[in-house]
Amino acid sequence: MKKLVIKSKGLSDKAIGWLFIAPTIILLLLINVYPLIYAIRMSFTNFYANKLTQVVKNVGLKNYYKILGKEAIWEKMQITAHFMFWTLSLQIIIGLSLALLLNKKFKGNELLTTTIVLPMMLSPAVVGVFWGYLYNPQVGLFTYIVNFFYDFGSFDMLGSGTLAPWAIVIVDTWMWTPFTMLICLAGLRSIPGYLYEAAEVDRASKWQQFVYITLPSVLPFLLLALLFRGIENFKMFDMVMELTGGGPGSMTELTSMNLKREAFEKWKTGYSSAYAVILFVTIFGFGNVYVKVMNKIKDR
Amino acid sequence: MEEIKMKKIISLILLPFFALMFSTNVKAESLTLGWAAWDPANALVELSKEFTAETGIEMNFEFVDWTSYADRMLNELNNKGKTFDLLVGDSQWIGGGAVNGHYLKLNDFFDREGISMNDFSDATVYAYSTWPKGSENYYALPLMGDALAWAYRKDWFDRPELKSEFKSKHGYDLGVPKTWGELHDMCSFFQGREIDGVVRYGAALNTERGSEGITMGVTAAMYAWGMEYEDPNKPYHSDGFFNAPNVVEAVEFYKKMYEDCSPPGHSNAYMGENLDAYSSGQVAFQMNWYAFWPGVAKGDKDGRVTGFFANPCQEICAATLGGQGISVVNYSDKKELAQQYIKWFARPDVQQKWWDLGGYSCHKDVLGSPDFVNSAVYAQGFLDSMGIVKDFWQEPSFVELLIPMQENMHDYIVNGKGSAKGALDNIIEEWEEVFESEGKL
Repeated sequence: MKKLVIKSKGLSDKAIGWLFIAPTIILLLLINVYPLIYAIRMSFTNFYANKLTQVVKNVGLKNYYKILGKEAIWEKMQITAHFMFWTLSLQIIIGLSLALLLNKKFKGNELLTTTIVLPMMLSPAVVGVFWGYLYNPQVGLFTYIVNFFYDFGSFDMLGSGTLAPWAIVIVDTWMWTPFTMLICLAGLRSIPGYLYEAAEVDRASKWQQFVYITLPSVLPFLLLALLFRGIENFKMFDMVMELTGGGPGSMTELTSMNLKREAFEKWKTGYSSAYAVILFVTIFGFGNVYVKVMNKIKDR
Repeated sequence: MEEIKMKKIISLILLPFFALMFSTNVKAESLTLGWAAWDPANALVELSKEFTAETGIEMNFEFVDWTSYADRMLNELNNKGKTFDLLVGDSQWIGGGAVNGHYLKLNDFFDREGISMNDFSDATVYAYSTWPKGSENYYALPLMGDALAWAYRKDWFDRPELKSEFKSKHGYDLGVPKTWGELHDMCSFFQGREIDGVVRYGAALNTERGSEGITMGVTAAMYAWGMEYEDPNKPYHSDGFFNAPNVVEAVEFYKKMYEDCSPPGHSNAYMGENLDAYSSGQVAFQMNWYAFWPGVAKGDKDGRVTGFFANPCQEICAATLGGQGISVVNYSDKKELAQQYIKWFARPDVQQKWWDLGGYSCHKDVLGSPDFVNSAVYAQGFLDSMGIVKDFWQEPSFVELLIPMQENMHDYIVNGKGSAKGALDNIIEEWEEVFESEGKL
């Protein structure tokens, strides 16, 4: 009888669980873990994917030394850091401000929210192309608007080494501020109204209410938005590629664009694998530290 | 009765499917040819209709935008792709095509079919067909001769008030510039000048960074200043040659041209942007490939608006080589058919039609014909240019050599960073790294 029961039971719950997640795990191993291990292995070689007949030699840590000792790579890192710092700062400040505005009830609130959110629904490549037209020094709307307020004359946002890094910051901010705004708005709407009522009773000023109620409540949401945008902007490629192609010179060539050039134009597969590993470790390291900090703030 | 009716309906529905299946089975043989998307490619489509009519072989074409052309085609070759049976590859690809086994060696086929490379212009055979350079190993048939040249607003040049103003300022006549110095005088003369109530600019120069634009532009000046890529006695040694004082001067001069003559926003411009700037009446000069001159001349039947001239001389006379050869892709399953196309294309009568349709034939029968010079306003310039062309490295690793050239030249010329000497030194450093990795240095 007991034997029969066991038989009819068939697979255990644990086994069924494994059975269900097995395809996902296998897929993850195949498309994530295996390429990662393969890239790490390649990073210690002089492999060129376009020279398949060439003997692949083990070069140890040479690729890593080369990358970390190359001034041009550090320049690209600096460019990426500049881009990230300014886009994230502006998106957080403007996103939060817009969220505070839209958290008020007024006529046309919903229409305004939808309109503000539109840019992030566009394809980054399309955004790159049309901002290229907007920045045109002869017929661009951007130039016209700037000159309307103060006559700078003709200026080339994309052709000037000083202005081009700001040109990409402006476009990314325009496109992705709605994202931080939406997350902040979700945070703001989750704050219970009685907190503000209690604060009113205690005669707290609007500023005090913002500093002691709004900001701490919305901070975990802000940090989450910062994490998402940080990871995205570290990988930024399409919009900048369309807008400036990394130029003028290499003033807007972000690390991801530089990596693409090394890997798929110069075909230095071993070298670019090492480059990718370095970038992966950087973002993974930062991401982990950040998540830990974020969790601590949440726990408070 | 109902059953018969239903059978008829079903038959009618199924008939097109059977017809389609049958037509697929008897579909004619076909070839796929890859090239860049531009005017000459459209001319080749027209021309190839005759090939289909003669042989019954269908021709399919895949044309890729110039900015993605190298990426798309070289990736296809590196992946041993079978998309293309015939590829019109850029001149710089010939080394990689031959060494990496992407292109079929055509010597045996040429011998068998009696196709002689002596029938084609020597410069084009050297540039588009041979690897190693100058050897008798042929990997392509010259398809499209091309070089970088200039178009100018003849109608503005012919205005008496502008002519006299220019002469009083510079002491010589406003006309086709003989040197780069004169070219600068003229283009800066037009910079910011109001003509017919519109502000005009000097010249649309190549400044594009992503593919090959700025290299193809600045080398037009560098060649004219006598630049050599390497020590003729020590191959791959560029130091002292590529960064020699005359070359530094040429790069500085090109930067001066960019600063003094370009329309605003012309900081990432190549073929299309130069054509637009010129056709919209913004600039007095445009640098571009001969391939575009039939299109430019088309709307100017009496030749009053536009004039054409070969790259001006400076220390020597030289021009940047463009153009392509046609190769059989080694990974194709239809190599025999592809060779049939090349055999047809090499025929003198087809070559003449090619020129008539707007393609630039490299066949000596066409170029040497007494009518050739008068057949188009730019024909003489084309002949002159093809005698003085120089090309960028055609090494298998040419992309790795091109990227630092693009980046450093753009950084100096457009972005104004560093010095010309510094930019050239950086390029040499990166080139040496490439040649060292290949064991050539």
